[in-house]
Amino acid sequence: MKYYRTHVLVCADPECIKRGAHEVIDSLQDELVAQGLIDEVQVLETSRIGGCSDGPEMVVYPEGVHYSGLTPDDMPYIVEEHLLKGRIAKKFVVPDVPFTDEELRAPSAKEVRIVLKNCGQIDPENIEDYLAVDGYMALAKVLTEMTPDEVIDTVTRSGLRGRGGAGFSVGKKWQITRNVQDWPKYLTCNADEGDPGAFMNRRVLEGDPHSVIEGMIISAYAIGASYGYVYCRAEYPIAVRTLNIAIQQARALGLLGENILGSGFSYDMEVRMGAGAFVCGEETALIASVEGKRGEPRPRPPFPAVKGVWSKPTNNNNVESYANVPQIILGGPDWYASFGTEKSKGTKTFALAGDVKRSGLVEVPLGISLRDLVYDVGGGIKDDKGYKAIQIGGPMGGCLPIEYLDLPVDYESLTSAGAMMGSGGVVVMDDETCMVDIARYFMDFTQDESCGKCTPCRVGTRRILEILNRICAGEGKDGDIETLEMLCREIKATSLCGLGQGAPNPVESTLKHFRHEYEAHIYEKRCPSKVCRALIRYEILTDICTGCTVCARNCPTNAITGERRKPHVIDPDTCVRCGICMQVCNFNAIEIR
Amino acid sequence: MAVLTPVAISTNDPLQMPEKKVVIDQILEKNRNTPGAVMLVLNELQSQIGFVSPAMQEYVALNLRVPVSTVHGVVSFYSFFVTTPRGRHTIKFCMGTACYVGGMPQLIDKAKQVLGVDVGQTTPDGNVTLEICRCVGACSQAPVIVIDEELHGRVRPNKLPQLTKKIQS
Repeated sequence: MKYYRTHVLVCADPECIKRGAHEVIDSLQDELVAQGLIDEVQVLETSRIGGCSDGPEMVVYPEGVHYSGLTPDDMPYIVEEHLLKGRIAKKFVVPDVPFTDEELRAPSAKEVRIVLKNCGQIDPENIEDYLAVDGYMALAKVLTEMTPDEVIDTVTRSGLRGRGGAGFSVGKKWQITRNVQDWPKYLTCNADEGDPGAFMNRRVLEGDPHSVIEGMIISAYAIGASYGYVYCRAEYPIAVRTLNIAIQQARALGLLGENILGSGFSYDMEVRMGAGAFVCGEETALIASVEGKRGEPRPRPPFPAVKGVWSKPTNNNNVESYANVPQIILGGPDWYASFGTEKSKGTKTFALAGDVKRSGLVEVPLGISLRDLVYDVGGGIKDDKGYKAIQIGGPMGGCLPIEYLDLPVDYESLTSAGAMMGSGGVVVMDDETCMVDIARYFMDFTQDESCGKCTPCRVGTRRILEILNRICAGEGKDGDIETLEMLCREIKATSLCGLGQGAPNPVESTLKHFRHEYEAHIYEKRCPSKVCRALIRYEILTDICTGCTVCARNCPTNAITGERRKPHVIDPDTCVRCGICMQVCNFNAIEIR
Repeated sequence: MAVLTPVAISTNDPLQMPEKKVVIDQILEKNRNTPGAVMLVLNELQSQIGFVSPAMQEYVALNLRVPVSTVHGVVSFYSFFVTTPRGRHTIKFCMGTACYVGGMPQLIDKAKQVLGVDVGQTTPDGNVTLEICRCVGACSQAPVIVIDEELHGRVRPNKLPQLTKKIQS
């Protein structure tokens, strides 16, 4: 391995690429060649470094200086000042605290990074970087020192539970698949991260793909599997590319293929791409899709552990579950179990999004309270508005109101509160969010993504959506709430797979915690949060309006009239309540009634 | 193996264009013996040809030796496969939760106004197709639109015309 005096890590997250990260890298490299530094300074592409809010950004090591807001034209200056003369280019340094490892590893004292530990620290497209941070050490330990039973015992004792949301013990699952007397056995890795608002798996696959591959090889050894499939959704092309590069590199070093590390154990794997079907995150549907069929779930049993891919025993885990495994092997089960609660051990990554100040990826020990997650780790509500609800667990999860802020985040607590862990998407909603509209949004999603195989899910979700559409349109009637409750109960009890069984959750949880909003829509024909278009009216405050005509020019239906420099008026009959006028008004002269 | 061809193919089908036919045959040849080839082949056809016409579905079925109903079943199941050509450019509107809460409905209204077509439609000149898509996983940038392959975050309705101008010319 070649040595360099300085390493420059440039963020090649999709968001930074969009802002020109590749151009910055090209310019940086040209300049390094021009200054004769190309053999002393290594430029690496890495996954997200900071918030990406002002990318492209980079970190220069060993100093650990974090620059952002870069353009290709800035590169000569940075190369000359920092890399040649050793002076920090202050004007590009990220404001507030200087960038250090601590900030990246633990932006909040409450975070513990195990799965995300390498993301943003190493070059995901270079296996040597992963090897340098003890990569594949766990695999070597497993293959040379441990029997498959010892591996399963270690994972079981760590308390690791399925990170895809269901929370089944990973060790037990492996044991079941190991015990089945039928070969060959297969592995599948669920990278079909379809929950809107979740992007943890994408980040791990893009930033540290080898951790997933290593976890899968260890799992294959424990179970006796000979081939694996990573099923990745088509919306994540960069993750697929990174993973394919990583698999090739691992194969080139003999970490995949025949006789791995001379142990006599053989295993290989490939990536299969989805094609935009949410239901393929369900394990039996995923298996059908890997086989090239329609991604429809089937009744269990037989479980995939008995009949999975090509009707052979198959172990299916989520990206994050596999990525935890190498760390558990290296750190030991007791170390891993020291994080978390009695029944939910370890850490979990969450994607914080919505109306939260510091949105992004976090990894916290299980058992942290929602309050700490939103206000401490997430920095609180954007624009210091009021907290209304937290939506956790994706479209199968639930909305929890302010009373639940002190709820510990673990599998059992969330389920008993009517939400669920899910894959880890957390959307924070401020007090300008209408909960009926949110329930409608999720039903729109699930009814569209219902595969149609079983009737309760296919027809039931449709019926719920129709009722919610009516309520939001101001045509709700007495009895709607009761009908919704009945539908929710029955869909839950009779659907074939997790999608249908979980689909009513957003409606049930909002009915439970925000019933008054439903009642306001139905009986008072009023949307308390001023979101539902049929129930609101836009008006121009005549004493504030300056007659600048911006609203009239932007109105899609020409509903706004008025003379220049005189107050304008909105015609409520022509207005479609799109809200564009309110967004473009520079004087806050438009109000919702 | 002899190449099998469906009976009736319209004259503007990719199968009638020699340069595209070559690509289709290569994709079929490469995956012919891979287990679960239907999805692999369709994914590659979708990305390289841009759509999978009914004649192409029949052609795939004949050459992979599976019923046409199987191929059509897969095509119609997954939202990524389309059966008619799209515009030269596509604008995808992310309908993830964060984007929805972040004002995507207003953004879509604006796009309809600017381009004069509804979601799912293509402008009459065949230039731009508007599409809704599932969460692209860039939630911290919400609301997000994807123009061709390029991601644009924190898009406000009044900034949209600037973005679409680039692909409208």
